[in-house]
Amino acid sequence: MSTEVALPVFIPLLAGVLSLMLWRSRKWQRRLAILGTGLLLASTLWLLSSTLDQGFVVLQLGGWAAPFGITLVADLLSAVMAVITGLIGFAIALYSLGTIPDRHEKFGYYPLMHLLLAGVAGSFLTGDIFNLFVWFEVMLLASFALLTLGGERAQMEGAIKYVTLNLFSSALFLSAIGLTYGLTGTLNMADLAYKLSQVEHTGMVNVVALMFMISFGIKAAAFPLFFWLPASYHTPQVAVSALFAGLLTKVGVYALYRLFTLVFVGDTGYTHTILLWSAALTMLTGVLGAAAQFEFRRILSFHIVSQIGYIMLGLALYTPLALLGGIFYLVHNIIAKTNLFLISGLTYRLLGSYDLKKLGGVYRERPGIAILFLVSALGLAGIPPLSGFFAKFLVIKAAVEVEAWVAVVVALSVSFMTLYSMIKIWAQVFWKPVPEDVDATRLRSKERDPGMVWLLTPIIGLAALVVLFGVWAEPLYQVSSDAAAQLLNPAGYIEAVLGVTP
Amino acid sequence: METLMAYAIGVLFGCAVYMMLRRSIVKLVIGLIILSNAANLLIFAVSGMTRGAPPLIPEGMQLPEGAIADPLPQALVLTAIVIAFGVLAFSVVLIHRAFEVVETDDLDQMKDTDT
Repeated sequence: MSTEVALPVFIPLLAGVLSLMLWRSRKWQRRLAILGTGLLLASTLWLLSSTLDQGFVVLQLGGWAAPFGITLVADLLSAVMAVITGLIGFAIALYSLGTIPDRHEKFGYYPLMHLLLAGVAGSFLTGDIFNLFVWFEVMLLASFALLTLGGERAQMEGAIKYVTLNLFSSALFLSAIGLTYGLTGTLNMADLAYKLSQVEHTGMVNVVALMFMISFGIKAAAFPLFFWLPASYHTPQVAVSALFAGLLTKVGVYALYRLFTLVFVGDTGYTHTILLWSAALTMLTGVLGAAAQFEFRRILSFHIVSQIGYIMLGLALYTPLALLGGIFYLVHNIIAKTNLFLISGLTYRLLGSYDLKKLGGVYRERPGIAILFLVSALGLAGIPPLSGFFAKFLVIKAAVEVEAWVAVVVALSVSFMTLYSMIKIWAQVFWKPVPEDVDATRLRSKERDPGMVWLLTPIIGLAALVVLFGVWAEPLYQVSSDAAAQLLNPAGYIEAVLGVTP
Repeated sequence: METLMAYAIGVLFGCAVYMMLRRSIVKLVIGLIILSNAANLLIFAVSGMTRGAPPLIPEGMQLPEGAIADPLPQALVLTAIVIAFGVLAFSVVLIHRAFEVVETDDLDQMKDTDT
């Protein structure tokens, strides 16, 4: 029995249910938020350590052997993603204690947060494609509710776009699952990997592969179906934005990584070329969109899109180094991006706005906060010695090795434009004096704000990780390298799940 | 039967996309409902339709006699229906709320709610 692979799903589900039972007691819901996410982080670390020991951790639910039952399986990629889920969940729970207004807490913010984390962790750990669909829906439904919590006017348009596009992509996902089942008669991913290679009608396999690609592409906010993301991510509470920014699109990317390294590898010349173009255009459109914006969280939202492009590039190139870079990038990006969103919430608390034109003077009054921003922003742009440097270096080096020059040029120029956007925020929010018509009493006041510690603790922790993965990148590099090796050799995964070599 | 179903599903997908491309948010949700039904029917159709053969094993035997219907697609469709039901219930509430605060059901006029 390997219980550790079920715990990251079970703990947030249990915490969510308990929070629902404690509906009236906000005090206990808050305690449970810390306890539940803390335990989640601990259990994912346990999972990572046993994955490092054994290579794969497999649990056949209910004792039904694969491919008949549902399998939970963790390889290194899943385990790393689970750890990040725990980490971000814990950081967001701390941050929520200081920022979520009473009204949102009353309407079930904490239960929804736990259920969202359960959906994310379930998606990372399942080995069954229909089960993946179910976890996607758990996650989506929680995210719908979190996104619209409060029901304000500005949230509506973004929410409708978000809900429509995601439901459309779910229907496509479901249709693709149906067609896959019709082709092969199985839904277990390891079993599919073998059986799809035996299907005679390869044209149909490509059709199904593309349906999966489009469906996950929408969820990952890849070009050309990304526009729901910048329309909606800046509208909810900042803790919610940060949670979405860190984890939700990455689940789509993870699903692409899983399916296009394990299942659909028969015709990589076709599928991965499409991924390559999509990745390049995603990077470019995201960063160009950001250049035109003057709202803190909107700029960051467009950058989520552009960073997804880098991660997809790692998958599209499909070499050991590229996958290594992609996984490294995934980890770095989740941490840096979440932290930037958290900092935008911090400046909002001080100056009451997300509009760059109504912000300013933070460096003069609070240099510590400015340094925290600078670390994350330069990390995102890829300045050494921060974590983004190695992430970008690895992906671009992989592109140079296979002579994908267009991708190299796009990746490098997008990197410069990311720096431009970050400097724009730096100059507007931190460097320039406070605009005259802005009330800056909170910024200038010397009194200690007791709620501030909840905001600062996660931000300092995540910023420290951005530095740590830059100056001491070796462990993460090693884990990513092993994870990439596992992805490129699916036989190990298949054998671990099915117990036999097909 | 399969051919007829294939056409029916195709028409349903077509209707769903048509409805989703219209401006009214109510029609958008109707489109989403039709879309999820079309996807469910698709699972049924592609996994083979067998009539009048429940997947039951007679007493005292290890295997069913003759051809049986595959129970798995039915379980999948059932799960998918439940999920779609929940999600669509949410979207109905969402458009109701959107109509309340924006006071229009035209997607084009909703654009300016966003700052």
